[in-house]
Amino acid sequence: MWIELKDIHKHYGSVKANNGVTLTVKPGTIHGILGENGAGKSTLMKILAGYIGKTSGKILVNGSVEDYHTPAQAAKLGIGMLYQEPLDFPPLTVLDNFMIGQTWGIKNQKNFFRKELESLINHFDFTLYADDTVKRLTVGERQQLEILRLLALGIEVLILDEPTTGISREQKEALFQALRKFASEGKSVILVSHKLQDSEALCDTITILREGVVTGAVDQPYDEDTLLEMMFGVPPGTPSRSAVEYGETVLSMKQVCGTGGRTGLSDCTVSIKQGEMVGLAGLEGSGQGVFLRLAGGITQPPAGSIELLGEEVQGKSLHAFKKAGVVFLPTSRLEEGLMPGLSITEHFALQSHDDGFFVKWHEASETAQTRIKKFRVMGTPESAVESLSGGNQQRLLLSLLSKDSSLLLLEQPTRGLDVESANWVWQHLHKYCLRRTSVVFSSSDLDEILMVADRVLVFFDGRIVKDVRKNETNIDELTRAIVGRV
Amino acid sequence: MEIFIRYSREFILTLIVVFAFTTLILLLAGAPPLAAYYQIFKGSLGSWMKLGHVIRVWIPLTLCSCGLLYTFRINLWNIGVEGQVMMGAVFTTFVLRFGMDGHMPLMYLCAAFVAGIAGGAIWALIAGYLKTKGGIHEIFAGLGLNFVAQAIILWLIFGPWKRSGIASMSGTELLPRELWLPYVSHIRLSPVGLTLVAIAIVVTALMLRYTKTGLYLRAIGSNLNAAHMFDLDPRIYMLIAMIFAGGFAGLAGSIQVTGVYHRLLPAISSNYGYLALLVVMLSNYNVWVSPAVAFFFACLNVGSIQLPMMLQLDSSLSGVIQGALVLAALAVHAWRMRSKLLEEQADYE
Repeated sequence: MWIELKDIHKHYGSVKANNGVTLTVKPGTIHGILGENGAGKSTLMKILAGYIGKTSGKILVNGSVEDYHTPAQAAKLGIGMLYQEPLDFPPLTVLDNFMIGQTWGIKNQKNFFRKELESLINHFDFTLYADDTVKRLTVGERQQLEILRLLALGIEVLILDEPTTGISREQKEALFQALRKFASEGKSVILVSHKLQDSEALCDTITILREGVVTGAVDQPYDEDTLLEMMFGVPPGTPSRSAVEYGETVLSMKQVCGTGGRTGLSDCTVSIKQGEMVGLAGLEGSGQGVFLRLAGGITQPPAGSIELLGEEVQGKSLHAFKKAGVVFLPTSRLEEGLMPGLSITEHFALQSHDDGFFVKWHEASETAQTRIKKFRVMGTPESAVESLSGGNQQRLLLSLLSKDSSLLLLEQPTRGLDVESANWVWQHLHKYCLRRTSVVFSSSDLDEILMVADRVLVFFDGRIVKDVRKNETNIDELTRAIVGRV
Repeated sequence: MEIFIRYSREFILTLIVVFAFTTLILLLAGAPPLAAYYQIFKGSLGSWMKLGHVIRVWIPLTLCSCGLLYTFRINLWNIGVEGQVMMGAVFTTFVLRFGMDGHMPLMYLCAAFVAGIAGGAIWALIAGYLKTKGGIHEIFAGLGLNFVAQAIILWLIFGPWKRSGIASMSGTELLPRELWLPYVSHIRLSPVGLTLVAIAIVVTALMLRYTKTGLYLRAIGSNLNAAHMFDLDPRIYMLIAMIFAGGFAGLAGSIQVTGVYHRLLPAISSNYGYLALLVVMLSNYNVWVSPAVAFFFACLNVGSIQLPMMLQLDSSLSGVIQGALVLAALAVHAWRMRSKLLEEQADYE
């Protein structure tokens, strides 16, 4: 089946997730879609699968324009998508899940479907058993089940979104085998990934997206450097910053593990000194968020030890971390950082920890007024925080920080900010470093990390795969490390 | 100003929906709607005596509403307020039983009130601990504890505290007159109860607006996940809110025993706790509006008592009106939120 996407646009407000994407998927091929986080891969695939609507553009199936709005309509055309999270019913058996959506009426057709399921399992050499309960399966096995289910529905074009995240090497091999077999039967596979290795190993042709547009389409054999350049663009020169003297060790982690995120965090050993500005690089959800939350005392590590200024703190309450001067600022400012519904003044009232019983509204209002001016927040003391723009929310959060913090942990502090706001944030954070506060931040923008950080930790699949000073590395090395090539 | 217009529009719309619905029910029941509304009005505000009765209902309703304002601020659904009223009544009765001979009534009354407040607060704290330590949702814990409290009252009335010789649903032995709250004989209304309610309203308003506790409750209620930013421990403040809610409910229980029934009854809480949940929601969680809504509910409650006699209608009509009121308010609110959401989405596109 031929799939043609023509000039697909998807705009969220002023954000252009897809900005005129055109590509063709031929039958009998495995087509890779490669790009970093936020490049617009998932958006494009969700449009193709009927999961979200497009702003403009055309989708042609076998040469005729099709207009569909739901995944069910897409499935009827023969387009099916395997999502990052399997969409199944965990308490039911593999067979029950397989039958759902295929069988109607009251007649028990279990035997018929059991035969069909088992023949499909044999056909693809999968390791499923019809009577297993789905909740006991691994992610890889659930993926296999989902693929079989899609096949039984008559899918001709199979879309897979990051299918190799969280599955074992053997399962990956089995999956790739199955996909090759699938393609050899004249059907097509679209593989969405940010992993170079997987895309190179499997795909007949690769289309690269960056910032919502196609930056290249290449066939085998692939030249890795070209691919990387298409993915990340050419890096600009890096400006220098005034040098900071480092002090004692503020944070030290030894073999710390953590859960959460897509990958968790495994075996993390690292130490960070006073005045260091450390950038956490890596694709989104590779363990940076888990790391920051563990260091900030928001979550507790199941294993390993964390020391703050030489004192063991793992297992202690958040209050102990706060007392040691640790502050964590999350990406989602309105969800985890600020109190929607409360005004700026009320936030300053919350922040002042004097012992009085009554709120000193007058004082809070004055503080709010001076900080609004100093931090150039566009708003009044009475403004509700949710009415502020993203940049102003970030400035407000920074203005709430106490000056004598020892460790600032920031998750994507400049996400969603325009260049000017971002520069302002970095200048402000640099002042903290001069006062010997350590600043650790994550960012999905390598250029930004290279511009402002003194040291870079690269996360891949829940591990720190690289720990270098900025002046001892370059963008090529880091981009390789991000996709797991150390 | 714009907000005021929007709210009054919402309010009027709610009333229209409610009256349309109730009128429909009345017509289906074959009763003249206007006569029924007139009877409710006359039965509640028709005489000083009746007004006194309305205020006797208004007092516990408003006390419970005040308490619930604390728990709603921190986003807790303290449905256990009903059981907290009952336990307040039980603790009060427990203390007063030592003073049945009528000596030193003032001391016993004061102690009884303190015990009542403590009883409600303890009952609320159990639900609070189940929530903060055990992760049990406060609605389930509260509802369960309501049944336990009711069972305790029944056991006491039919068991250890039964009247000598007989045990009946009509409750425990009547308290001696010395242990009744002093009241204005003409309208059988106790100024002590009124004073306590006035204090409760003012204290609640002050607490929520001017104290740090009030601010923290609101902050945690607005975003639990950001509490870490301000070094607030949500668990502590949830317990504090529960103590306040339970304390006020317990006080309502004390007044029911000492000022209204002068004994412990199975129906001592008269569902005022559940009703208070509706009052607070309907008043949009506002300290100053909820006493007014509570007054309206009290009128409905008292006014509909006469319906069976005058119009051969069931007195549960007030329940229908109250239920319709809350459903209508929620529906109008949901409709407004939806249209607001659609507007925002339209802006977004």
